[in-house]
Amino acid sequence: MTQTIIWTVAILSVLGLLLALILFWVARKFKVEEDPRIDEVEKVMPGANCGGCGFAGCRAFADAAVKAPNLDNQYCPVGGDEVMQKVASILGYTVAKKAPQVAVVRCNGSCEARPRINEYDGAQSCRVKAALYSGDTACSYGCLGCGDCVAACQFGALSMDPATGLPIVDEQKCTACGACAKACPKHIIELRAKGPRGMREFVSCVNKDKGPMAKKACASACIGCGLCAKTCQHGAITVTDNVAYIDFNLCKLCRECEAVCPTGAIHGVNFPKELDKDAVKKRIADRKAKAAAAPEEKKEVANG
Amino acid sequence: MGKLTFSMGGVHPHDSKYARECAIEELPLPQTVYVSMAQHLGAPAKPLVAVGDQVKVGQVIAEPGGFISAFIHSPASGTVKSIAPRKDLAGNPVMHVEIAVEGDEWDPAIDRSPELVTAIPDDKAAILERIKACGVVGLGGATFPTHVKLSPPPGKVAECLIINGAECEPFLTSDYRIMIERPKEIVIGAAIMQKVLGGCPCVIGIEENKPEGIARMHAAVAELGYPGIRVQVLKKRYPQGGEKQLIDAVMHRQVKSGGLPIDVGAVVQNVATSLAVYEAVQKNKPLITNVLTITGDTLPVEKQHNYLFRIGVPLSFIVEQAGGVPETAAKLISGGPMMGKAISNLDATTVKGSSSVLYLSDAATRRKAESNCIRCGKCADACPMGLEPFLLNRLYKAGDLDALEKNAAQDCIECGCCLYSCPANIPLLDHIRQAKGQVMGVIRARAAAAKAAAEAAKAAAETQK
Repeated sequence: MTQTIIWTVAILSVLGLLLALILFWVARKFKVEEDPRIDEVEKVMPGANCGGCGFAGCRAFADAAVKAPNLDNQYCPVGGDEVMQKVASILGYTVAKKAPQVAVVRCNGSCEARPRINEYDGAQSCRVKAALYSGDTACSYGCLGCGDCVAACQFGALSMDPATGLPIVDEQKCTACGACAKACPKHIIELRAKGPRGMREFVSCVNKDKGPMAKKACASACIGCGLCAKTCQHGAITVTDNVAYIDFNLCKLCRECEAVCPTGAIHGVNFPKELDKDAVKKRIADRKAKAAAAPEEKKEVANG
Repeated sequence: MGKLTFSMGGVHPHDSKYARECAIEELPLPQTVYVSMAQHLGAPAKPLVAVGDQVKVGQVIAEPGGFISAFIHSPASGTVKSIAPRKDLAGNPVMHVEIAVEGDEWDPAIDRSPELVTAIPDDKAAILERIKACGVVGLGGATFPTHVKLSPPPGKVAECLIINGAECEPFLTSDYRIMIERPKEIVIGAAIMQKVLGGCPCVIGIEENKPEGIARMHAAVAELGYPGIRVQVLKKRYPQGGEKQLIDAVMHRQVKSGGLPIDVGAVVQNVATSLAVYEAVQKNKPLITNVLTITGDTLPVEKQHNYLFRIGVPLSFIVEQAGGVPETAAKLISGGPMMGKAISNLDATTVKGSSSVLYLSDAATRRKAESNCIRCGKCADACPMGLEPFLLNRLYKAGDLDALEKNAAQDCIECGCCLYSCPANIPLLDHIRQAKGQVMGVIRARAAAAKAAAEAAKAAAETQK
């Protein structure tokens, strides 16, 4: 009995030792040299593996970052500047600060504003629907309402509003990874700068039809009248293909465009006070009167 | 020879050809016609007229925008009012030429007499040129430019011309009516195409549910006596009129994945295309008219019509002429119920490929709630291309493009047999069509990349010399 136990222990010990030696040798022989910085970078990444940076996941991003000569073409939208600074310090690079972004839905064609003229009962997918026809309403540019963006969001930042039939973005959860913008077949969702304290102005419409047609299809469509562009003091607004666009780098958040927009297609969000349209319009009128008066004064001086 | 059919898949929907006894009536002209610039497969045509120009019936108003493209002719005489984007029947903006109709003055070069011209011209190139100049495209649904199809690439020989008179889609009767009313013209058109293809045999395939059409076509073939043309009766089975299915039925040959019919020596043309070829070559009449069926499952027979319409007449005008949209109609479809497109915009205009306006009731069209796949395999049994729709659906949902390509999602002909046969009401076709589009995109991108690489290698080799 004792002998059996001794033999068993001895054989197993020798066997274990032998196998350990083989394993040690194999590990030495076939070792893959990997830059230790990849692990370090991966540790500071958010770890969501969302693909928002354009790489397959955080590990792939870290690998590419270590191999790249600089970080100009790489940005983790989820981690933002904080993470990028950490990555840069590990790798000894410098990165420019980028303004945090957020997904913005550029369609405000709610159920009341945009009456339905067709009914769809096919597969509930915006992509399928867009391949079949232009949508339930007379607007061929607007939101289809099947929620492909909601399905694409890994962070639970999007949800469909049953009252308007449009998606809403939860700014707290949105990481600006851009998955929703890619999923939208109508290209309605755009990543825009979050703005100071979240305040931002944007045109919530992408309808390229001419004014009367756009208006007929949707009461709150941008009709391309250009009033906002004329009013804007900062040259931030351009009207192309009958739809206005606000450049967020130039916008000074004065909200004048929002006040003059005849259809309410321009939206301002996260402002502390509600927009007093009349006051802003009065301000614009005063300024115009002053501008009209100014050259006359000059003329008088010249004449005098 | 007995009745033929294709070797796999297919379904048997009720044929519902209620309008089969309605003779073709000519539709009057409306006040305005809208001629779409995207009436054919391939690049849209480029308008040749300007606003304010006077045009005659049959005058060229647009030229091809690429190799696979076609001429477009004015269907009416009058003044060009505008050239602007307008919504097509799916609501997407497409360039249209708007013509205000004044009178009905035809281009004097067009022979409008009813006499039959049976002598076929000798010059093949001239025939092809005439077909191209008259803007003839395939009227079986795909609207592929006919002159391109009739010019096989070098090294390929047409061994059989198949004239497609299957009309396997339920409800549609326009092809049936032209086979009854104008069989001789169809046969002459077939003989012309036969000549262009170098005198290969020609088979006119007709489904068995059109006995009168078969009899008339038989009589016309016998009377005109062109060599090598015969009528072949086919079994009634959907999609018998699919190009690859028809080749399988008539020639017992299968077109390989990614291949073209000409690879197996076949050229398939629709009977309506044959008629258009006759009119183009023998009468110099461009493709400006076509036959359209107005029918539906709850529409009384006296309200059903087969109209000879000018291509460019708005759908709303045709619907109005036919007595308006009936209250029982829940869905309007342009084309057959299996492959047609829902009309979301009645202001849209008719195009070369318009073959019907169907009024379908709610009961016939409403989709039932989707449930889980029960793995019965009915979709795989029904698929005429031998695909596994349930698998493709699953792969599409997983977004696995490589596997989709391996399982030949790109071979789907979008016939709808899978969706028709699915007891769980899974939107198989919707998903597979998306998958097909994505896979085709990958294949095209790969081909473009390979071409660019080959050119770069060639350029590098030349510089080395």
